[in-house]
Amino acid sequence: MEIHFGLANIIFILSLAAAGYFFGKNFSKIWRNINLGKDINRSDRPQERWSVMAKVALGQSKMVKRKKVAGFFHVLIYLGFILINIEVLEIIIDGIFGTHRIFMPILGSLYDIAINFFEFLAVLVLIACVVFLYRRNVNTVDRFKELKGWSKKDGNNILFIEIVLMLALLFLGAAEANIEGNGVEGWLVSSQLAPLLAGLDQSSLHIFERVAWWFHIVGILLFLNYLPFSKHFHVIMAFPNVWHSKLEPAGQFTNMESVKKEVEMMMDPSADPFAAPDPNAPVEEPSRFGAKDVMDLNRIQLMNAYSCTECGRCTDSCPANQTGKKLSPRKIMMDTRDRLEEVSANIDKNGEFQEDGRSLLDDFITREELWACTTCNACTEACPVAIDPMSIIVEMRRYLVMEESAANPSLNTMMTNIENNAAPWAYAQADRANWINE
Amino acid sequence: METTIKVPTMAEMAAENKLPEVLFWVGCAGSFDDRAKKITKAFVKILHHANVSFAVLGTEESCTGDPAKRAGNEFVFMMQAMQNIEVLNAYSIKKIVTTCPHCFNTLANEYPELGGNFEVVHHTTFINQLLKEERISIEGGSFKGKKITFHDPCYLGRANGIYEAPRELILKLDAELVEMRRCKSNALCCGAGGAQMFKEPEAGKKDINIERTEEALETKPDFIAAACPFCNTMMTDGVKNSEREGNLPVLDLAEMIAQAKDL
Repeated sequence: MEIHFGLANIIFILSLAAAGYFFGKNFSKIWRNINLGKDINRSDRPQERWSVMAKVALGQSKMVKRKKVAGFFHVLIYLGFILINIEVLEIIIDGIFGTHRIFMPILGSLYDIAINFFEFLAVLVLIACVVFLYRRNVNTVDRFKELKGWSKKDGNNILFIEIVLMLALLFLGAAEANIEGNGVEGWLVSSQLAPLLAGLDQSSLHIFERVAWWFHIVGILLFLNYLPFSKHFHVIMAFPNVWHSKLEPAGQFTNMESVKKEVEMMMDPSADPFAAPDPNAPVEEPSRFGAKDVMDLNRIQLMNAYSCTECGRCTDSCPANQTGKKLSPRKIMMDTRDRLEEVSANIDKNGEFQEDGRSLLDDFITREELWACTTCNACTEACPVAIDPMSIIVEMRRYLVMEESAANPSLNTMMTNIENNAAPWAYAQADRANWINE
Repeated sequence: METTIKVPTMAEMAAENKLPEVLFWVGCAGSFDDRAKKITKAFVKILHHANVSFAVLGTEESCTGDPAKRAGNEFVFMMQAMQNIEVLNAYSIKKIVTTCPHCFNTLANEYPELGGNFEVVHHTTFINQLLKEERISIEGGSFKGKKITFHDPCYLGRANGIYEAPRELILKLDAELVEMRRCKSNALCCGAGGAQMFKEPEAGKKDINIERTEEALETKPDFIAAACPFCNTMMTDGVKNSEREGNLPVLDLAEMIAQAKDL
């Protein structure tokens, strides 16, 4: 095995370290942002969680359940991403130690089988990317029409980068097929591209091969650092996000502990509402009911925002959205992330969060959107990575009703009726059994 | 209610030191809404016919708190929940059946944490159990060969994963079950959930119940089957707005079973 350690390897190691450093830095910032949320215990039933993650995230089960076309092509890109990246391991070892295709002599004919398979996958990924670009830009699928500005561009950027990376990989093979004495006879797809480079002399081929190699790996490292700013961050967050899925029945809403305590005290005849608090009890900062801003949401809800890839399946299945109301569950998630990023920049600038007079409610999500939700769970059912936009909507309704008394007016009537006569309509409780004798 | 069927209250039962097999949780719609009362009565006929020993809370029942909770008012919900749990526990209730998926969801999922632990079943599941235990039997009767489409209530289907119990009942009626484009976990809401029942919808192109009814009409059904009093209202209103007004009944599955048995 030939080892040529030199300047190129030092540059490679430095690039790798820089990419790792910047990615780590941005990743830890996102981690910090997620931890701005309230604590929530979602680590019960670990066995069930691992199996949900294996099925839904690793196995893409919800991806293919409903949208067959999108699901199929997504699985192609996903498999390409997971499997072709095995080759990146070799590229990194080669880059550090100055070896050339270090696994080739070790694996022998198995190596050729693997590379042939990767090249086949690369072509499938290319096809899938083209199909996705078509569905986003030419014959635009309904659920992508809502995307404007950065979110529209982001989706196209990702597909474009993936196409370029796959082409670099294939042309790398094509150059090597033409280079004499390197033991490469040509793999499945790149050998078909090799004639395109046949006109180059050996030294130009060597340069071409190096350029393609560097282009591919530097592209990957840059793409890695693009993730924290993109919806493509879902490739990482999908896994922890699905692991932290809600395992209770979808219809079960959380019971608020603080309200429970207060009502218990109200109903306890021996409770003394004026009693001095227990001096030994831990002092808790009173928190607001429900959510006005991102810090009022829990960590899972904030993680949800970073896991969203803006595919719009939630919005596509939302009864309110589909009948022309302003509510869009995808927008709820995108707004949550946008506001959280704004808060993050505020913290970076000031050391800690300085009140900026803005909040998730009103500045991002309007009341009209919140009141349009039927809590039907279509959005949570549709999400391929277990995001729960409905819980954010409910948390914000709680803020509106319990902190601002700003419920939709007809709902106030309903709630007053329940308080007064134990039914949402103004019928006397004494008449409740009248149907028996009617 | 016809005088032949006695609907005992828990208070009466307790006075005689008796415990029913099951408590029938009627719900607010089932108690007060004229359309939903028919569902209540149909279900009572089935219970009676199957010789189920049951009781209702009568004037001691109050709203589960579901619409208040969905609207964001946890205080009102919690007050209702705790009072109801006190009453239910005082009567040592073990099993509850309800004709409303919203009551079902709240009682089954949200009450246990607050000290209310009951076996809660929706009436479509309960009737299925009665059939399996051969406490009642059904021949299709007037529904034989008819096309029936079933609208999945969100709080029964997606919220609690119950899709088959109501469908099995339709098949028991010897009817042809015709599925809508969006059904089961993919079903479209009727538009009433999340406290929407009690307010006007936000501005949009269309009302949700109209959209859903149109989808039901695509299946060219003879009947629309519902399993929730609120869905029933929404779909009935939807049909009134369509060309099928007057000749497409929206019936609860309990009503269909009672009708098929000529109860």
